[in-house]
Amino acid sequence: MTDTAQQDDQLDTRKGGRMALLAEFWSYFSENRGAVIGMWFFVFIIMVAILADVIAPHDAIHQYRDALRMPPGWQEGGQWRFLLGTDAVGRDILSRLIYGARFSLFIGCVVVSISLVSGIFLGLAAGFFKGWVETGIMRTMDVILAFPSLLLALVLVAVLGPGLTNAMIAIALIQQPHYVRLTRAAVMGELSKDYVTAAKVTGVRTPRLMFNTVLPNCMAPLVVQAALSFSTAILDAAALGFLGMGAQPPTPEWGTMLAESREFIQSAWWMVTFPGVAILLTVLAINLMGDGLRDALDPKLRRS
Amino acid sequence: MLRFFLTRLSLLIPTFIGVTIVSFLFIRMLPGDPVLLMAGERGITEERYARLMAEFGFDKPLWQQYFVYMKQLLGGDLGNSLITKQPVWDEFFTLFPATVELSVCAIIFAVSLGIPAGIIAAVRRGSTFDHTVMTTALVGYSMPIFWWGLLLIIFFSGILHWTPVSGRISLIYFFEPVTGFMLIDSLLSGQSGAFKSAVSHLILPTVVLGTIPLAVIARQTRSAMLEVLSEDYVRTARAKGLAASRVVGLHALRNAMIPVITVVGLQVGVLFAGAILTETIFSWPGIGKWMVDSIFRRDYPSVQGGLLLIACIVMIVNLIVDMTYGLINPRIRHTR
Repeated sequence: MTDTAQQDDQLDTRKGGRMALLAEFWSYFSENRGAVIGMWFFVFIIMVAILADVIAPHDAIHQYRDALRMPPGWQEGGQWRFLLGTDAVGRDILSRLIYGARFSLFIGCVVVSISLVSGIFLGLAAGFFKGWVETGIMRTMDVILAFPSLLLALVLVAVLGPGLTNAMIAIALIQQPHYVRLTRAAVMGELSKDYVTAAKVTGVRTPRLMFNTVLPNCMAPLVVQAALSFSTAILDAAALGFLGMGAQPPTPEWGTMLAESREFIQSAWWMVTFPGVAILLTVLAINLMGDGLRDALDPKLRRS
Repeated sequence: MLRFFLTRLSLLIPTFIGVTIVSFLFIRMLPGDPVLLMAGERGITEERYARLMAEFGFDKPLWQQYFVYMKQLLGGDLGNSLITKQPVWDEFFTLFPATVELSVCAIIFAVSLGIPAGIIAAVRRGSTFDHTVMTTALVGYSMPIFWWGLLLIIFFSGILHWTPVSGRISLIYFFEPVTGFMLIDSLLSGQSGAFKSAVSHLILPTVVLGTIPLAVIARQTRSAMLEVLSEDYVRTARAKGLAASRVVGLHALRNAMIPVITVVGLQVGVLFAGAILTETIFSWPGIGKWMVDSIFRRDYPSVQGGLLLIACIVMIVNLIVDMTYGLINPRIRHTR
């Protein structure tokens, strides 16, 4: 307790409250070793994605006809110019993984942005305008949640047509109800507080009340949810790719790469292993970071 | 209790109607002419086109189509599969036991490992065991299970030759399905080795499907247990000099189990989503694989019917979980 009291004192004396808040957040976040490791790995993936053109040894879709199904460099029969081996049509797996990082991060960003923004709008609307608006929005969300998520995404993609864009739309749609519910619950908690009443009394209009007064105080659980659903989005997109409904060949998306290598699981282990490792490590890093964010942002949710 | 049950049931009605609208709109949202789409690339005769149009009622206004659809639905008619010409309802419930068998085994696997692991991790908080369990759980939670399945096949089927790669039972055994559950049917058949074959086919899919529920249950048990262990009444029990095993096993566990049961119940939807991937990898002839195959075969009546039935099953199971929750926790029952 004394610690927080001290920090509060510091907050008052320091200039630029935002920096101090950030420092406080960092002091909580960095307590969690796993979260910091996850964060650095995530930064590493971002760098790989940005620098893909520079660091990838080969083109992602160039087929080396003289090097089909070549094992990794350290194994007998492998060549060091193909460090992690090549796939069935002679494409360098390492380069495909490096370019694949772009797709996974892109999928995560797009899905989270769409579902977060639309979820916040609908959640705010449901929380502020009671009556049929709320009933309509919340019942619609119930319907979406009644379907197993991957099944609904699969069927939506079947309707929209297979492909990365449609897969992202479908995944954003199945994730959005969680944001709506969180936002609405947070708004309902805030609306009864004095500062909201005070703002209403001073004549703040509803849109300003919604977005400037109440929303900032509802952000903590939403940020945590965004981090965790970033990883779910990557997993679901990879699953759709694996089922042949996501990114289409020759896109170097990790799930699609796994689907292409399925028939070689007995003969070419490297083709199956590495894309999966890439998915697992990325998702794990984001989940570690998400756990750390939750602990740092919302002490109430803290898993002791 | 009856009132609690009826309130919950009435809350399901709007969701049910919404679900029927989604499955109704599914075929009608397909871009292009649904009948031509279902016919595929081979084309279709004009006579058959007209018959299909009339059969689906696509020539009527949308709201009329919906009422016809609802009427058929309440009579248990989900249409016929385009491929096998069998009623979708029959197809679904022929394959359903396979998915139930796999899901039940997976949830038993997850609960029987996850709950003890969570309890021990909570009691020995901060120990090596705790760290190991929590790290493993986080890895399991982040696992792309379709890849996990392939890895297990490479290792246990490819290298060690311990387990078969696909299917529910070896082809050398044949018997009439009685219950649809292979474990029971193979025992009833009395053929030696049949049961063993069924079990060995079931092990890998069970592990793959149970991985994420296992991780979620272990994490939830640990945090629920930690919360309860810090309560005053647990301290009182300890202060009275009760044995540690009695405090944990009796006082703490009973209250910690309430959130855990909810989490277990909520895994039903997760299991169905996981079954789609698991069954595809292991060629397990259940609902998940059937749905994926139907989508690829453009067998849209099957997809439509399956979508609706799966959503209904998930809703019913969630209702049952809610009921159980109300039964063991009177506070929930009386607040609403």
